[in-house]
Amino acid sequence: MALTEDQKIRHFLGRASFGATAAEIEKVKAKGIPAYLEEQLEPDRLPDPLVEEKLKSLKTLSLSGSELLELYPPQQQAAAKGMTPARDQSPRFVIAELQRAKILRAVYSARQLQEVMIDFWTNHFNVFAAKGVDRWLVTEYERETIRPRALGRFRDLLLATAQSPAMLFYLDNWLSSSPDAALSRARTGNGAIRKGGINENYARELMELHTLGVDGGYTQKDVGEVARCFTGWTIRQPRGRPEFLFDSRMHDRGAKTVLGTTIAAGGGVEDGIKVVELLASHPSTARFISTKLVRRFVRDDPPAALVARAADVFRDSGGDMKAVLRAIFSAPEFFSPEAVGAKIKKPIELIASALRAAGGETDAAQPILRHLVAMGEPLFLSVPPTGFPDVAATWTSPDMLLARINFAIDLTANRIRGTRIKAGAATALALAAPEFQVR
Amino acid sequence: MELTRRMFLKTSGIGLLALGLPPSFLVRAAAAEAERKNKVLVVVFQRGGMDGLNAVIPFKDRAYYALRPTIALAEPGSGSDRAIDLDGFYALHPALAPLKPLFAAGRLAVVHAAGSPDNSRSHFDAQDYMETGTPGVKSIRDGWLNRLLQYGAAGGPLRAAAVTFRMPRILAGDAPALTLTSVEEFRLRDPLLAPALEQRYANVSDPLLRKSAAGLFDAMRTLQATGALSAPPSKEAYPSGRFGASLKQIAALVKSQVGLEIAFTEVDGWDTHVGEGGASGQMANRLKEFGEGLATFARDLGEHIEDVVVVTLSEFGRTARENGNRGTDHGHGNVMFVMGGKVKGGKVYGRWPGLDPDALYEGRDLALTTDFRAVCGEVLARHLGRTELDKIFPAYRAPAPLGIVT
Repeated sequence: MALTEDQKIRHFLGRASFGATAAEIEKVKAKGIPAYLEEQLEPDRLPDPLVEEKLKSLKTLSLSGSELLELYPPQQQAAAKGMTPARDQSPRFVIAELQRAKILRAVYSARQLQEVMIDFWTNHFNVFAAKGVDRWLVTEYERETIRPRALGRFRDLLLATAQSPAMLFYLDNWLSSSPDAALSRARTGNGAIRKGGINENYARELMELHTLGVDGGYTQKDVGEVARCFTGWTIRQPRGRPEFLFDSRMHDRGAKTVLGTTIAAGGGVEDGIKVVELLASHPSTARFISTKLVRRFVRDDPPAALVARAADVFRDSGGDMKAVLRAIFSAPEFFSPEAVGAKIKKPIELIASALRAAGGETDAAQPILRHLVAMGEPLFLSVPPTGFPDVAATWTSPDMLLARINFAIDLTANRIRGTRIKAGAATALALAAPEFQVR
Repeated sequence: MELTRRMFLKTSGIGLLALGLPPSFLVRAAAAEAERKNKVLVVVFQRGGMDGLNAVIPFKDRAYYALRPTIALAEPGSGSDRAIDLDGFYALHPALAPLKPLFAAGRLAVVHAAGSPDNSRSHFDAQDYMETGTPGVKSIRDGWLNRLLQYGAAGGPLRAAAVTFRMPRILAGDAPALTLTSVEEFRLRDPLLAPALEQRYANVSDPLLRKSAAGLFDAMRTLQATGALSAPPSKEAYPSGRFGASLKQIAALVKSQVGLEIAFTEVDGWDTHVGEGGASGQMANRLKEFGEGLATFARDLGEHIEDVVVVTLSEFGRTARENGNRGTDHGHGNVMFVMGGKVKGGKVYGRWPGLDPDALYEGRDLALTTDFRAVCGEVLARHLGRTELDKIFPAYRAPAPLGIVT
């Protein structure tokens, strides 16, 4: 049985946004889904005054890594300078503001699809924000690396993450240097150089998680060769000037062979760029990214035919995310009754959709963040490089269901400090019910 | 014969009393129950790939010192920085000192060069393989602890619990299992809502949601009925952090006899690519928490330790050679710990493959001489009395028993 127009609109908004609101439903009804989608695919042309207003008080959001390091210094450093930092001057405050901004945008932004895609890429290119110097780098990573490219070309996003200080630090590539003893040096925290060697952490995750997928056809030999290509991709000074730097003294100058392609000796920084091009245009990458997108937008168990079509679009368009999203959002598989309500909301989606449905007001401060943690999604704090998974099994344990139910109870009783809904806007039973856990 | 709380539950004692059935029935059943004893298996997963070579050091294999110029642990001797001798060949990392008395008392066994035979060096694949119990086979979706439940006799709602936020793959599957991070907070903040919600979830077609809800409401009822919610808190000082807290919850569940048979917890932070450290540092800190946690758990259990076996798993070991950043990369063979009252401890099990270049797996990692399923299977058979090992670990043929459990 085909979906009615009204069902289609609600289903579409459930996937392309952090939850339908009455106003958005009316808007889509008036414009039609294709026109609304085009509008969402050009977020910079959509005015977003409400979110700008809400974010104004978050003072760390616009700062660079080096500014944050200076204003929110690590504890020991602050103590050494004779400072006794207030609570809102500790590095933890930086992450807390990042988390707040994410919730505020999910709830209030008019550019919903962009925010959904940023959430997708933030997990795909996960960086654990509490690992060492990443405490001060993820703000810039989200703002400068992910955000501007979330609806752009995959290759550009891949290269930007590969050169971001946040990723270089998280997956240790900044330390990886030529195994050649004469050149064997690595950088230390203050930018000095010491004896080093190859570190294959980034090279492996780059292929397994960022591009080809674990069954994408690479070997342990390829991991080693890719690691050699990226030697010298480092950070100028992690705790002083956290910027991308290609340091030729750390680079392995020999020839390499990656996935059967020879990379000639002496390529310098171009070695890594060639690997990015090679991986971004590899058929396994088209398939892997398409599978993940179809899983996010359609079903946990992605329909194979749709994945294949999306992968074709990915390849033909040179990895253009807008083209791939258009293909997914117009697919019969997307509007099939089996897809409706088939996705369990992730905790951030549950919280945002509850507030959007109930017209709630939130400052997104600690009390509501604690609910997110209890449901299992402490934003920006996924330790493993997989990020938070996007499948039901991850989010539906008895304990997590209890956390969801207790969130509904606390929200509707207006017991979450900093968050309010209008009396009677929603009942605990409605928000805790099984129908509300899915989208 | 004292009526145990578990007994009370297993026979739906509350219901029977309400129906006015004679208490003698309960007494008889309780006697039978006491003979069968409540055996518990606790699985601890060390996520990230623990460096087994620095946890239990083969200090008599001189290649160890050549491979690890900056992170090797000094051989046993005087001083707190040195490894702690176990048997003249192997020694414990000094941060694992709390485990030494358990080893000496014969309650802790070590299996070296153990792990999963698959050559994947992906954390996620290697963890999945270890949790499904089918290395190299991706089509299996359920975990081996769940299959253990599927083929056994039915139990109560608190029969299997992961003390983790998420349902781990190892316990996921068709048989009901619970996740629970805190017994004290395992309640609805508006209890009046329970009946309506329970009914709504019971009618849901999505099996995951339906099962999670059934597990949740059943477990809440059981915890209330057994008085586990009001049991006095443990006096033992667990190491701070999630791992210690989870072991404390497991000990409380064991002691209050709510019918727990399978418990799972995890501890992460083992992915030591950079600055792993030696006697102190990154890995030493993780080992300290790990060792103190297990030792405190054993103490907290008291006499219940006789009915408990703890098995530890980690997806792979790490490169035998240290890397350029004084750390180690993803490797192969690793170390497992087995602890409990009926464990034949005080011994390091498994054949030592050596660390010479031609002995290393793929030229870089500790080779594997004991499949983790051999260890787990033996615990299942001897400790839990399970006979369906071919279903729990399909396509696996166990070698001769190691003799690790009495």
